[in-house]
Amino acid sequence: MRLKIEKRNESASTLSVLSMSVLSVVVSLVILGFIILSLGKNPIDAYIQLVSWPFGTIAGLTQSLISMTPLLFTSLGLVLAFKMKLWNIGAEGQFYMGAFGATWGALFLFNHISNPWIMLPLIALLGAGVGAGWGTLAGVMKARLGVNEILSTLMLNYVAIYWVNYLVYGPWRDPASYNFPITAEFPKAAILPQYTANGINLGMFLAIAASFFVYYLLKWTRFGFEIDISGDNPKAAEYAGINVKKMIVIVMAVSGALSGLGGMMQMSGVLFRLQPNFSPGYGYTAIIIVLLARLNPFVTVVVAFLFGGLIVGTQQIQLFLQIPFSLVNAFQGLLLFSFVAGEALLHYKLRWLKA
Amino acid sequence: MSDIVLKLSGIVKSFPGVLANDHVNFTLKKGEVHALLGENGAGKTTLMNITFGIYRQDEGEIYINGERAEITSPHRAMEYGIGMIQQHFSLVPSFSVAENIALGLKGSKISPKVDLVRKKVKDLAERFGLNVNPDSRIWQLSAGEQQRVEILKLLYMNAQIMILDEPTAILTPQEATNLFKTIKEMVKYGASVIFISHKLKEVLEVSDRITVMRHGKVIDTLKKDEVSERILAKKMVGRDVVLKILKKPSAPKKVELEVKDLWSRGDKGIYAVRGVSLEVKSGEILGIAGVAGNGQRELAESIYGLRKYTGEVKIEGETMRPLSVVSRMKSGVAYIPQDRKEVALCGGLPIYYNLFLKKPFRVPEFYLNPYLFNSSRLKRPSEQLVNEYLISTSSLNLEVKYLSGGNMQKVVLARELSLNPKLIIAVHPTRGLDVGAIEFVYKILLKARDNGTAILLVAGDLEEIFTLSDRVAVLYEGEIIGYSKPDESHLEEIGLMMAGVRKVKK
Repeated sequence: MRLKIEKRNESASTLSVLSMSVLSVVVSLVILGFIILSLGKNPIDAYIQLVSWPFGTIAGLTQSLISMTPLLFTSLGLVLAFKMKLWNIGAEGQFYMGAFGATWGALFLFNHISNPWIMLPLIALLGAGVGAGWGTLAGVMKARLGVNEILSTLMLNYVAIYWVNYLVYGPWRDPASYNFPITAEFPKAAILPQYTANGINLGMFLAIAASFFVYYLLKWTRFGFEIDISGDNPKAAEYAGINVKKMIVIVMAVSGALSGLGGMMQMSGVLFRLQPNFSPGYGYTAIIIVLLARLNPFVTVVVAFLFGGLIVGTQQIQLFLQIPFSLVNAFQGLLLFSFVAGEALLHYKLRWLKA
Repeated sequence: MSDIVLKLSGIVKSFPGVLANDHVNFTLKKGEVHALLGENGAGKTTLMNITFGIYRQDEGEIYINGERAEITSPHRAMEYGIGMIQQHFSLVPSFSVAENIALGLKGSKISPKVDLVRKKVKDLAERFGLNVNPDSRIWQLSAGEQQRVEILKLLYMNAQIMILDEPTAILTPQEATNLFKTIKEMVKYGASVIFISHKLKEVLEVSDRITVMRHGKVIDTLKKDEVSERILAKKMVGRDVVLKILKKPSAPKKVELEVKDLWSRGDKGIYAVRGVSLEVKSGEILGIAGVAGNGQRELAESIYGLRKYTGEVKIEGETMRPLSVVSRMKSGVAYIPQDRKEVALCGGLPIYYNLFLKKPFRVPEFYLNPYLFNSSRLKRPSEQLVNEYLISTSSLNLEVKYLSGGNMQKVVLARELSLNPKLIIAVHPTRGLDVGAIEFVYKILLKARDNGTAILLVAGDLEEIFTLSDRVAVLYEGEIIGYSKPDESHLEEIGLMMAGVRKVKK
């Protein structure tokens, strides 16, 4: 007996795609359950806690929505890049650079502006611009020199994170912070409108609006059509008169801009000051989100919300059951693995051959 | 009968949709150089990949020194003394020559004895005239030198049967001459060599016997002194009469395409097109005949703006910028490339996208808003095209990769012809298609011609050239070696030109 892998000769149906996604979540949860068990805790308890707080209480729900916002911005950036098969792993770095840009604007460049209607668009532009620059860097390297974007974006993440660290530990540290590595608080004009006492702010609505923007861009513009072509077959794109190199740079720029905008929203909407390690890996989680959402901007909203809840829920079980927070990373890893495996099964089938 | 070291008997190998090897028989004698000659896609490389254990044959047996051999992997093949140099080398760029050779050795422990290897490599290099410094790193070497390293690897492993897959494609003429010397030297020491090529001249220069393959079948095996380039060219290209289509005499009008002294390099950096000048008038088909690999692809890509060139390309008297596909599209040039799946189609996108890959933004009468895109507006015209070109599909939304080869080509044709082109560049437009689809393509192209389109047709198949073209130009080593008329009485002349014999000027 011999195992043979064969290509399926029709595309997968929506149903099988959906069931594959659900199944990969279930498989990861089961494996994760064993890990929790090995820590001496009851996985059923843990899962009940994990779900009940973020999705079952008003306070939890609010928190989930707040952590959805940065996830959604970074995810939408990735949707664009991944559509063109540009594997931008750098949403995390672009997010950091966006936060850096926003802080720079709010505290140093425009700090004399007191009207929020002028201040907010300015720092949003700056955040998006710096994020776009960070993405463009990888895009230009790919288009001009053929540098693999997976490596360049990944490495640029570290540059961005350490750059922010340098600033908050060094020149930008607030003298009034009792030596904590944080900047001064944003001026009032640089803070997004807050709608509830516990932090629901304009950022969340802008993130959802951004998903419409990305959908429109992909579905209803020439730019989206050219992304489709260039992503599917760059050679055919050249043949059809599309400048693929230019597309690579532009798509990386827009992708970086969305993540950068996410960084700005996090600063102006939630944290109000730059600090080290302010992201628990939003930009990396975004990779899994968009894969599960199959690059659909609207499904991305839903998945990003669920993952926002997951982050909140894990913080919860860390508190009550003393299960480490890194479990959320383990879960994401498992999910990625089972998803990739499931993806392979959608395109190939296994068959036993008699020798 | 001298002893036969390798015998392939009744080898059959099929890939989805293609019969790559159809009951192939092949023998290799000890100490001979046996050339395997054929067009691209004739099945030469597939056959050798089977011999080297990269593929498994579907049917047939392999005998080595008279004994049946089960070659399940390249590893096994090497145990049988078979070595192969593929078109893409398998060397580690950051390792030295000696390290690369040590790497492939059997029984090397944790630390291979590189010193020992170095010494032996030096000896071998001297003996066979393979001038390479064993301490150079691979990335420092030219393609020709890297090839020498590959040969040294085989010699070091003491391979008795060496397969060289198109070894001269990357070499300069001088390097090729040296390679032939080395091959002759190796044969003297008892090795047997299989030499894959589609170049007639070098095949005659280096080999003792020649096997010609076409469409996956062995056409003939001949001794070197029995043949000439002309005979080989004829056997290689063949004249399988597929179908006969009557065409009206052409009525050429104004010059549509003018090419002047065009030079262009192939993918490996060597000039593939060397000073081609030609003209195509509206309402005529100029056929470019020639054995594959004589610059056809590069010529077509240059004219369409996909490849860098020097010289001049004019369309309707207007000089085109190199590497600008958009300017060609605006001037009404359609292009049917030889690799439709790789170049002309997006396999993962639905049919109606593919039918309008070019059109929505670039053709005036279809001009939508230049920035917006409404895919549903493509559907109705797509439906028309699907009906008009008889594309058989279950739905417009089907991804193109699930179509058959013939239907894929119809999608390309439908798209290119619906642009109402003034010039069509068609490269091997019927390759891999069945008879019905071929007939369809012929009719479409002739109809376009009758409507006043200029067509530049590149084909390997002479029958196709004869059926379609009004004039024939023969391309040989990147030059147009002569023109002829497309009928049977000029077959002899065309065959000679394909083999590189210039027409005598009167």
